[in-house]
Amino acid sequence: MPDSTNTTEATLLEVRDITVEYVTQGQRFAAISDVSMDIAKGETLGLVGESGCGKSTTGRAIIQLPTPTAGSVKFEGRELTELTHTDMRPIRKRLQIIFQDPVSSLNPRRRVKDIVAEPLIISGMTNKAEIDAKVREVLNAVGMDPDITLDRRPHQFSGGQCQRICIARSLIMEPNLIVCDEPVSALDVSVQAQILNLLEDMKERYGLTLLFISHDLAVVKNISDRVAVMYLGKFCELASSERIYEAPAHPYTAGLMATIPEIGDKSIDNAMALTGEIPSPLNPPSGCRFRTRCPHAQEKCAAEEPAFSEIEPGHQVACHFPLLGE
Amino acid sequence: MPDSQMSEQPLLEVNNLYTHFDTPRGVAHAVDGVSFTLDRGKTLGIVGESGSGKSVLSRTIIDILAKDGSVLHDGEIIFEGRDLRSLPEKEMREIRGREIAMVFQDPMSSLNPVKKIGKQITEVLVKRLGMNKNAANLRAAELIDSVGIPDAEQQLTRFPMHLSGGMRQRVAIAIAMACEPKLLIADEPTTALDVTIQAQILDFLREQQRKRNMSVMLITHNLGIVSGYTDDVAVMYAGKIAERCSTDELIAHPRMPYTEALMNSAPQLSDPPHTRLQAIPGLPPNLLNVPDGCRFHARCPYVQDDCKTDLPGLTSDDNPDHTFACWHPLQNKAVGGGVQ
Repeated sequence: MPDSTNTTEATLLEVRDITVEYVTQGQRFAAISDVSMDIAKGETLGLVGESGCGKSTTGRAIIQLPTPTAGSVKFEGRELTELTHTDMRPIRKRLQIIFQDPVSSLNPRRRVKDIVAEPLIISGMTNKAEIDAKVREVLNAVGMDPDITLDRRPHQFSGGQCQRICIARSLIMEPNLIVCDEPVSALDVSVQAQILNLLEDMKERYGLTLLFISHDLAVVKNISDRVAVMYLGKFCELASSERIYEAPAHPYTAGLMATIPEIGDKSIDNAMALTGEIPSPLNPPSGCRFRTRCPHAQEKCAAEEPAFSEIEPGHQVACHFPLLGE
Repeated sequence: MPDSQMSEQPLLEVNNLYTHFDTPRGVAHAVDGVSFTLDRGKTLGIVGESGSGKSVLSRTIIDILAKDGSVLHDGEIIFEGRDLRSLPEKEMREIRGREIAMVFQDPMSSLNPVKKIGKQITEVLVKRLGMNKNAANLRAAELIDSVGIPDAEQQLTRFPMHLSGGMRQRVAIAIAMACEPKLLIADEPTTALDVTIQAQILDFLREQQRKRNMSVMLITHNLGIVSGYTDDVAVMYAGKIAERCSTDELIAHPRMPYTEALMNSAPQLSDPPHTRLQAIPGLPPNLLNVPDGCRFHARCPYVQDDCKTDLPGLTSDDNPDHTFACWHPLQNKAVGGGVQ
């Protein structure tokens, strides 16, 4: 593969053709198939799609929870899929994840200082003073006053504050990559803006790289450098954040954009709006997976699966009949 | 009452409504002196963050909050000339579901998981409208069909768990529509759904509303939805209405700083990537312990001394239909030179 041979130093994460299969009701099915992407150091890659499209599965496959059924995940040049659990452990420090529901991802019976310090203790740090200093540092960084916060428990905080604590916990190991799985979806808009701004600040301060998973296109556009759109377990479009919103080439991307209610919009653009629902991944449509909902579907779309190919530098689309810019 | 008079009167008039919860930690001022009217055939958006009191307001109107004395009410809810708060439970039961129906956020928990879809719809038709079983079955299939669910007859024999979230919400709407209510209260009906499904559901609700001249109270935290799907809007903050006017007016000329802040804090597709969001600092006040003065003062960028001590009431200036609760409202930008 040409891409993988000339991987530059700047590529932090290199994902090639990963597939994650599950067995349900005695049937094997692929939650994601042949997903490939590169994430450069310091970049934020956004991942959008409807529920059930496989975006969370992709995020988890990258941190090897679980290891993908097939394909390769290279992080800082090391192949993760072949590592044993023991070998994977030191690498996990550098790969963190934050989840959608901040309240349920914090242990309600523990104090904030223990929650945030836990990764350090697991990694073998024993010096109490050192641990305390680090916990205070990250709590300060996420905008929580350690003196007030340390001895409290999660229920004493709002959702937004709990998400700050989760971010502090993920930062304490000084990770390189954080998988953010819908981190602001459970928050109110005013708090959502605080957390998005905080993630941008933390990215700058700690030199982070982010994989940002969300169903909200406006949020993803705001935080990402590049955006990948997923549908039924596959990528259908990948381009720079600006490009994908200005000139979406996949009819699904265009449809998603058209359905977002925006302030000042009198109505949703029904011509582009998507009808129907996402099909079951147990039995995906033949050919192009989106064809059952696509307004431009033709015979070829049922017969042949479109390749995920570049229509111009940095802009990849999986469609036989990509939309051309205005 | 003669027809002409009926149509002039608003369908719903809420006057100085209070709902307080008596909790072990104190009294929570969830709805604190709310007044508004809703005309026939109109959609009123109620917008606010979690804890602003918007859901409690809707539950107070259809009277489904606990009746064990822990919920304290005051004020009037006039629906078609009758004060719902003074009606005996028996009469209220006739109105609830039949004249005023409600759709909730989570369709899985508002449907009975162990009852077939068809049964859940026909139950309403038989009990409320006195239909016989056969007629109810036919009508249920029609309703299911009308909310855009394919293979209506077959769906009636399925359980909620067999349906996707979007389909379940359509069923919940079909049940709400079964008695052709005059007022539909939709409490965050699409928050649990994907954007593509959200658009389908909201379009459907609008179509039904127009067809039946139904009034809708659409409760949401999303100003984009308010903008596209409502005629009028009330912005709630900490149990009070902070601003109230037509939707177009609100979007074009917000007067209350909270409204402006809410609009600015949401990322917009039209902004370039990495645009710094104007987050609202801090948190909404604790309803157990509401601050003195304007409830937004601690987070307001334009706060002045009087805001901290005196509670502003809803007032208006040049546009009597645009009310806001603010001592120092934003100037109406469209009126060029109107800034004093």
